[in-house]
Amino acid sequence: MLSTDTDILTAAESWRRDGRAVALATVIETWGSAPRPVGSHLVVDGDGNFLGSVSGGCVEGAVVTESLEAIADGRPRVIEFGVADETAWRVGLSCGGRIRVLIERID
Amino acid sequence: MRRDILQALNVERAARRAAILVTDVADGTQRLVREGEIAADSLAEPLARHLAAGRSGLIAVEGRQTFLTVQVPPVRLVVIGAVHISQALAPMAEALDLAVTVIDPRTAFASPERFPGIDLVAQWPDAAFSDTVPPLDAYCALAALTHDPKIDDPALAAALEAGCFYVGALGSRKTHAARVVRLTEAGFSPERIGRIRAPIGLPISAATPAEIAVAILAEIVAVRRQGPPS
Repeated sequence: MLSTDTDILTAAESWRRDGRAVALATVIETWGSAPRPVGSHLVVDGDGNFLGSVSGGCVEGAVVTESLEAIADGRPRVIEFGVADETAWRVGLSCGGRIRVLIERID
Repeated sequence: MRRDILQALNVERAARRAAILVTDVADGTQRLVREGEIAADSLAEPLARHLAAGRSGLIAVEGRQTFLTVQVPPVRLVVIGAVHISQALAPMAEALDLAVTVIDPRTAFASPERFPGIDLVAQWPDAAFSDTVPPLDAYCALAALTHDPKIDDPALAAALEAGCFYVGALGSRKTHAARVVRLTEAGFSPERIGRIRAPIGLPISAATPAEIAVAILAEIVAVRRQGPPS
């Protein structure tokens, strides 16, 4: 609850220092019962390896795909997801939530 | 994000200092505002408000959506007294992502069997703070639960001096009145002593150790998230 996404940002820095391409995704807005709070991070490398969570598992795949595009073109982007589809329901996530995620490359 | 900004953010966190990353959502430009720089910043008011609540969030700056990534050091809970309430409190606090340390010089109480997996220090609080336990700071909560002034008082004094965001002490109003007298004699001002929450915990008529632990943790969350009462 009270701690920040400490390890994610540390990982982002060390991955970048190791020469890996890195993007950072951050939940910037939520509506309804979104599973992860505003400020949650996910870090992605150029091979699609990731650490952290922006939705508890529901939209991570899409975030990773967008992150790879951000790594390729260097443009930050904001993506909105509804966390209310059938997949979300099946994996037991709260229904009716929506989240906005900022995705940016670490230069 | 520029790599130097990420590095600076991580430097602040490693030093247990708060910082806020200010991001223009539309174009991705960013700057880092360290805790000590907030008062002089053009966004001082919203930055201070978000920092006090420990909450990241969106604000509008001249019509532009701006995201504040609030980074506060991980909150620590220092529990004085390896007592029955602490046995319930420590694992619950860990479930809230609080880094818990239990301090009690009485080795019969501070035994690993009673506190499996919990950071346990069998020293007097004064000795512990100058030795094994990292110094108290504004991102620490301290709960004094021994009922023994010899153990509780030095820890409460240390917590008040360090500006811990939460300082709570177990005991009846009568016990607390005696404590106030002792701390006054030790040179603490009424304002500082007034920061001690006693009786400890939100008033939910808690009866069992686990219920008292819930009351204490709920109070810690309330103080952390709502800020001090105005």
